[in-house]
Amino acid sequence: MNFSGQDFIYGCSAIGAGLAMIAGIGPGVGQGIAAGYGASAVGRNPGAKSDITSTMLLGQAVAETTGLYGLVVAIILMFVKPFG
Amino acid sequence: MGSMGMLVAREPDFMIHGVLKYELFGQEFWLTTTTVSMTIVSLLILALAFAANRTMKKATDVPGMFQNILELATEMLDKMAVGILNGNAHKFANYIGTIFAFILLNNLSGLLGLRAATADYGVTFLLGMVTFFIVQYQGIKNRRLRHFTSLFEPTPVLFPINIIGELANPISISLRLFANLLSGVIIMGLWYGMMPLLTNIGIPAALHVYCDVFSGCIQTYVFCMLTMVYINDKME
Repeated sequence: MNFSGQDFIYGCSAIGAGLAMIAGIGPGVGQGIAAGYGASAVGRNPGAKSDITSTMLLGQAVAETTGLYGLVVAIILMFVKPFG
Repeated sequence: MGSMGMLVAREPDFMIHGVLKYELFGQEFWLTTTTVSMTIVSLLILALAFAANRTMKKATDVPGMFQNILELATEMLDKMAVGILNGNAHKFANYIGTIFAFILLNNLSGLLGLRAATADYGVTFLLGMVTFFIVQYQGIKNRRLRHFTSLFEPTPVLFPINIIGELANPISISLRLFANLLSGVIIMGLWYGMMPLLTNIGIPAALHVYCDVFSGCIQTYVFCMLTMVYINDKME
């Protein structure tokens, strides 16, 4: 079976894109734990619910960033094809 | 694939397309879908500004609906700015309000069927760069030489890490905004492009609520808050 070097590079780029998305585990776990703390804080102090919610959402949006870095690398490998 | 709708070969389409090519000083430039949607949103913001000006000239003590919304928005922005910048809020509240309105309306333009201009790294990179320049300018203006010698604190060995820390700020805020919106554009492009035509009516509203409204509003808030936090660090 003969396949060219170009096809091999495309295939490896696809594998690399899949490996880059493993970075999505981090924010998932971290933001879930933060949401748990937020929920227990609301349980302890139901009057401060909107303050707690906005603080929690702000923290989660910042923590999301590293997962998004993985997504950007995967998108660059798949669509911009720098090694193609 | 098209058993429930018309048999039309459709491809999912979430890329940026060039609309018009023109030449300037021997270089070729393109007007793209990003330019078109940013122009439409800018005209929308201008129309809003003119309407707001006319409403506030005839402001009444018991506000009508539009005046109420404007006052609500201004108070929210002021509260946000004063909460972080404390005494210096009046110097930056106008700029923060501008980028808040710009980013918010660009994020929400997916609801109008446009491809959001902030889903283009060319736009968000410049927003991050403007933040970077404001922060560095305030640092040099308020701290003079200490701004550069603070890169060598606490030990000179940490100099490269401090430099990377300074550069990582605009890159991370711009990439966060860009990647959040791009993922929404891709998911919705895939849905609209690959699902049968009948499911494109009504059901994608759930996707729009999450990707456009929720994600767009939160990313706007985070961008403006982080800009103010970085500025506040240099105001000393």
